[in-house]
Amino acid sequence: MTVKVERLTKRFGTSGEVVGVENVSFTAPAQRITSLLGPSGSGKSTLLRIIAGLEFADDGRVLINGEDITPVPVQKRQIGFVFQNYALFGHMTVFDNIAFGLSTRGKAKSTITDRVCQLLELIQLGSYAKRLPDQLSGGQRQRVALARALATGPKVLLLDEPFGALDTRVRVELREWLHRLHEETHVTTLLVTHDQEEALELSEHVVLLRDGEVVQAGCPQELYRNPANGFVASFLGGAKVFRGSVQQGRAEFAQNSLSAPVKEQDGSIVEAFVRPHDVGLEKVTAESSETATAVIARLVPVGGTVKVILKLPDGDSLTVQLLYHEAQSKGFAAGDRVTLDLRDAIVSPPLDYVI
Amino acid sequence: MSGSVSFRLGGSGKHRGPALSDGRVARCILIGIAVSFLVFFVGAPLIVVFVSAISRGMPAYFDALRDPMTLSAIRLTLFTAGVAVPLNLVFGLAAAWSISKYDFWGKGILTTLIDLPFSVSPVVSGLVYVLLFGRTGWFGPALERMGVKIIYAVPGIVLATIFVTFPIIVREVLAVMQAQGSDEEHAALTLGASGWQIFRRITLPKIKWGVMYGVILCNARAMGEFGAVSVVSGHIRGETNTLPLHIEILHGEYNTQAAFAVASLLALLALVTLGLKHWVEWSAQRQSAPRIEPMVDERRAPPTVQGAS
Repeated sequence: MTVKVERLTKRFGTSGEVVGVENVSFTAPAQRITSLLGPSGSGKSTLLRIIAGLEFADDGRVLINGEDITPVPVQKRQIGFVFQNYALFGHMTVFDNIAFGLSTRGKAKSTITDRVCQLLELIQLGSYAKRLPDQLSGGQRQRVALARALATGPKVLLLDEPFGALDTRVRVELREWLHRLHEETHVTTLLVTHDQEEALELSEHVVLLRDGEVVQAGCPQELYRNPANGFVASFLGGAKVFRGSVQQGRAEFAQNSLSAPVKEQDGSIVEAFVRPHDVGLEKVTAESSETATAVIARLVPVGGTVKVILKLPDGDSLTVQLLYHEAQSKGFAAGDRVTLDLRDAIVSPPLDYVI
Repeated sequence: MSGSVSFRLGGSGKHRGPALSDGRVARCILIGIAVSFLVFFVGAPLIVVFVSAISRGMPAYFDALRDPMTLSAIRLTLFTAGVAVPLNLVFGLAAAWSISKYDFWGKGILTTLIDLPFSVSPVVSGLVYVLLFGRTGWFGPALERMGVKIIYAVPGIVLATIFVTFPIIVREVLAVMQAQGSDEEHAALTLGASGWQIFRRITLPKIKWGVMYGVILCNARAMGEFGAVSVVSGHIRGETNTLPLHIEILHGEYNTQAAFAVASLLALLALVTLGLKHWVEWSAQRQSAPRIEPMVDERRAPPTVQGAS
């Protein structure tokens, strides 16, 4: 069931001065997980709610499997929706929560019981059927919410920041679990998230949004390797953006010389996106002939990696991520003078963006 | 619970309630003021009502209650509340639902207008009805031609009572609805539920204690209303006298014992109302609290802090 969104526009406020989404078009491939990724206020949740039918667009249309469902009310859209705060029915047991969608459709009691038991098995909460939602942990509640959304066999599953309210550990586990679940069900899924890691890990298609507009869409690796602009590069992988100029066919950044895009003239301004783990560091000793380009301001060990915070000659700072072993074998310490190797930086002409 | 940590603030255990325990003197003075105020203004009058009611013995007490005029007043009061409360319940649910779920033009004005009966003197409310439906009022002549009598008749009393009491249920239900938001209703929508199914299976169970609370308070006010009803009633004995009006008349005739005997009925109603209100609050609280100990994430039980003892 391919989900296609065409020129969706939604404004809020009495005179429509607040843009929710602006002229958004994209396609979510069938049987895949598509992430709607973006910072808060980028319109990703609004978009999901419009697809669900909980919100109405001012303009544009939504197609599921080629069929225009824009005028179809939410009850008839055959979608499953999972809310960030679970929105479980507090006065109903886990069983009744999952059964709700089936019972509103007037299914026979035995059918409902079979289906709910099957889903309870799937979410590994078989023994919790008689619990009330507030007797469950956050992770368990979210699994119940997923089962409830899946119970009616929806054409499309819409997840609105489903793991947003959970702590990191549970979030990572649930992510893994959701991946396995999707392998089994293959329901076309749209996942709203502001967590780039979640998007990169779970989805086969990413739509990156900013200020209600699509910035770039494609497979995660493509967005990661070929960011359309600095915003994409900095949002996915936390790239730092350097501005430099082209000198004799080479782009100069922070005393590094990189090969510039061929078509750029000498003297034109270019940008380099540098990701924290794509930088090589070498210590400058008294004997070495190289001149230092930065000073280590601070070392922050974070588990298996070390964050090296560098001070650049122009006063700017740059964070580099090294493996713990590498940092240790090279014997880095605060105050060391180092050279930078921006070997994997992505160089491109400057694009309009604001972070 | 395993892994729990309990600690004590202050260490010595001398202060039972930590932070906010002022000196003993201040505490005694404050409690003293509150208690004596209550005894003087609430407790004493309540006792006086019952004592005066039986001042001439139980037979006289029951005679006062058995008086045909009293019985008629009781019937009218019950009838008025019986009409006003259900109507206000329907209105209250509709208004609370539309204010909390929909955005529409004039919502702010509606919300403000709902409070009008609370902010205006009941006498004024009664006068408004006289001006509207009285003999010389806007609709009076037309109604008279049709043979419909509203002012100085039962319909006027019911109308005035509805007007004075309608904010009560809306206020209670609206507060509960707004506090709970619409997330569960939205979830039900995505699961294919119709509007009626959502109301019956999701919203109503969530708000039922708020509704009960509103109905109890509304009923108490409907039975006890004096000002507005007094203006539109005309005080026709045995016909348009409600309990409060009847008490007023008995009192005016220096029949103090009978007045207090009837008043004791209203006082009893007040006590029953308080009891019910308490019961509703208690039930609502008990239901919102989990019945079994809440499950912490099964793999990891964080250390819990048991409040300072």
